[in-house]
Amino acid sequence: MPSLKELSKREDLLSAGHRACAGCAATIVARQVLLAAGKDTVVGCATGCLEVVTTIFPFTAWKVPYIHNAFENVASTVSGVESAYRSLKRQGKIEKDMHFIAFGGDGGTYDIGLQALSGAAERGHRMLYICYDNEAYMNTGIQRSSATPFGAATSTCPAGEVIPGKQQYHKDITKIMVAHRIPYVAQASPSHWNDLAKKVEKALSKDGPSFINVLSPCHRGWRYPMEKTIEIAKLAVDTCFWPLYEYDEGTWRITYTPKEKLPLSDWTGRQGRFSHFKQHPELLEAGQEEVDRRWREIQTLAGIGNLCEMKCEEDKESN
Amino acid sequence: MKAVKDKVVVALTGNDAVAEAMRQVNPDVVAAYPITPQTELMHKFADYVADGDVKTEFVLVESEHSAMSAAVGASAAGTRVMTATSANGLALMWEIVYIAASTRLPIVMGVVNRALSAPINIHCDHSDAMGARDTGWIQIFSENSQEAYDNAIQAVRIAEDRDVLLPVMNCLDGFILSHTLEPVELVPDRFVTEFIGEFQPVHKLLDSDNPTTFGPLDFHDYYFEHKIPQIEAMKRAPAVIERVGAEFEKQTGRAYGLVENYHTDDAERVVIAMGSTCGTAKAVVDDLRDKGEKVGLLKIRSFRPFPYHKVRKALAGAKAVGVLDRAVSFGSQGGPLAIEVRSALYDNAKVPIKGYIYGLGGRDMPAECVEQAFEELKGVAADGKSSDEIGFLGVRE
Amino acid sequence: MKAKGWKELAIGGRIDEAGNAEDFETGSWRTFRPVRDESKCTNCLMCWIYCPDSAIAVKDGKIKGIDYEHCKGCGICAEVCPPKIKAIEMVKEGEEQEEEQE
Repeated sequence: MPSLKELSKREDLLSAGHRACAGCAATIVARQVLLAAGKDTVVGCATGCLEVVTTIFPFTAWKVPYIHNAFENVASTVSGVESAYRSLKRQGKIEKDMHFIAFGGDGGTYDIGLQALSGAAERGHRMLYICYDNEAYMNTGIQRSSATPFGAATSTCPAGEVIPGKQQYHKDITKIMVAHRIPYVAQASPSHWNDLAKKVEKALSKDGPSFINVLSPCHRGWRYPMEKTIEIAKLAVDTCFWPLYEYDEGTWRITYTPKEKLPLSDWTGRQGRFSHFKQHPELLEAGQEEVDRRWREIQTLAGIGNLCEMKCEEDKESN
Repeated sequence: MKAVKDKVVVALTGNDAVAEAMRQVNPDVVAAYPITPQTELMHKFADYVADGDVKTEFVLVESEHSAMSAAVGASAAGTRVMTATSANGLALMWEIVYIAASTRLPIVMGVVNRALSAPINIHCDHSDAMGARDTGWIQIFSENSQEAYDNAIQAVRIAEDRDVLLPVMNCLDGFILSHTLEPVELVPDRFVTEFIGEFQPVHKLLDSDNPTTFGPLDFHDYYFEHKIPQIEAMKRAPAVIERVGAEFEKQTGRAYGLVENYHTDDAERVVIAMGSTCGTAKAVVDDLRDKGEKVGLLKIRSFRPFPYHKVRKALAGAKAVGVLDRAVSFGSQGGPLAIEVRSALYDNAKVPIKGYIYGLGGRDMPAECVEQAFEELKGVAADGKSSDEIGFLGVRE
Repeated sequence: MKAKGWKELAIGGRIDEAGNAEDFETGSWRTFRPVRDESKCTNCLMCWIYCPDSAIAVKDGKIKGIDYEHCKGCGICAEVCPPKIKAIEMVKEGEEQEEEQE
């Protein structure tokens, strides 16, 4: 795992001049992933923010081979590219070792692209799927996705007088990918660049599919000042809303434990999409319970916690 | 059947014949999803893969949408790619079918024609291919299993021609051709290898030393300009289809063009059709000719690009034309084929036309129905006017 | 950049000039510009790894400067510069007259 200094000697494979919003985490994620992956990488990208801002004809910010096909199919598109590579390699027509990385937003991953992702994972293609999760369909105007956190306001589930924001908890896509029993699954954040880079390297070393869910704060949709993107990502991690962990060939590991687990309100309180929590403290409470539940689950899986203990505590409280 | 050293006649279903052609083409990648009546095509090809008869990387995707998506990825990566589907499978991949053509990827797809739902029906009609007629794919229709086999081979050459670089649909009637045994003359393996040649990629997504971006976003300032080359490529396609057909004929003795003129030269009444019904129509033409009637069949092989000039030429002396459509274009003046023919004849307005719909959902098209059409065309010829009424052949009222 | 006619376009919508987005100057988006005090900078490279626009130039592990042709002024670099160092300050465009190297 190279140091930051060594990483800085590598060529940035996402050029400047893309049209992402100032302060966009998705492009930070893409940069960091490509620095870890290197130039012999074919990138597929689902329709979405990252794809749109980087490839407005006649400009492209990608300095690696890149393909965009449609919204819901980056996993199957990259399956095809990887299969072609496999075929040519078998025929002795290509020798170079190459990486195949599919980028999809939460829309193209959790929702419309889930089938293609699941199929690709099941078939065992040697590819890494990176979800840059900005927790809504951002590019089309901040519509809710199944990744949108409980209670958040979006343009299709606004905090209204009768219905205060999203009524469902966000899908645990990372665990869904673990259920595919692929060699490597992880959760990461651009705020923890070292952890992310290590995970990318590890994923690319596996002889099979891998999946990394990377939190990608969006100041437009989440409503915070643009310069705070990295801080907001860090808070998501430190509140354990977005735990950093990995599932590495059957072994669960928490890769970063916050020194102090901060209350969820430290994160939600900084974002306009949760501003109605003031009038609806019950939403924050429910959100906090779910964070605790999932964090406890991860700790149990990683062998350092016990779900039964939590249940016993709950029973004690109610008695 | 692992190797064909010399040409040989074998009894094969249409599905098996196309699978055999695919074995001989030996593509780098096939990504496909099963759907009746294409399934046995896949099964046969799967046997070849499992037995090591082909070098193909066979990607068993989880849906047709992913089949075409993977095909697009593989083709952009610079490999020879084939696939096959039917009906709702084609409909499901519709979005990506457009993308394959606009990205100029020479993918060859067998389309085992089947009716689109609803109601769900697994039998033959042309509604699937017709729904895709504006996608920018070349669409070739096969009359019998021999043609399905021959077309699969030619399709690879047509698609990859530098003047074209468009994907090609090789259409064969579901069940009627796909599942019926017919004698098919196979060409030797080495003929196919030589005929299609080593794949020379135009697109090289895997070349990380010269990285390329595929699938950019166009605003209103570029989308239109990107469509023109596609249109131009399709304009060049007829010449390529004919050239490849002529070359194929030299080697096999079987002629292939954009159309087939069956006794149209001096025909007064001509019926136009595509697919397996052409075989039936030819038999009817023979019978009626024996009785002294001047009738003919104009078989359309290339539906896209549509051979307007050939149609005009073939029908120049006709007194009445009956167009047999195995698909509906709701709200239109006739079925898709009838509309095209009408358009082709607009400048030669003297030939009256009547459009017919037949065979939807696998409804059999017996000789009697073709005879009925020819019979009705007598009245059309006498009237000297095109009929606005669409005739329905073989349906119960 | 003059818009191309259809005859000049690469086939199938391809863009064969990798990274040519560099020709598009997003620097005009800025309201505030980051100004780096070289004397305070310890080359920790935090600004570099967190810049969304690849707009911080590094050479031999040292910060060379900020690419003002592309920097959008998001301010992340100033935020992530360690609190004890604070080598980057966000200054309103036009208020600082000094010329910045790249």
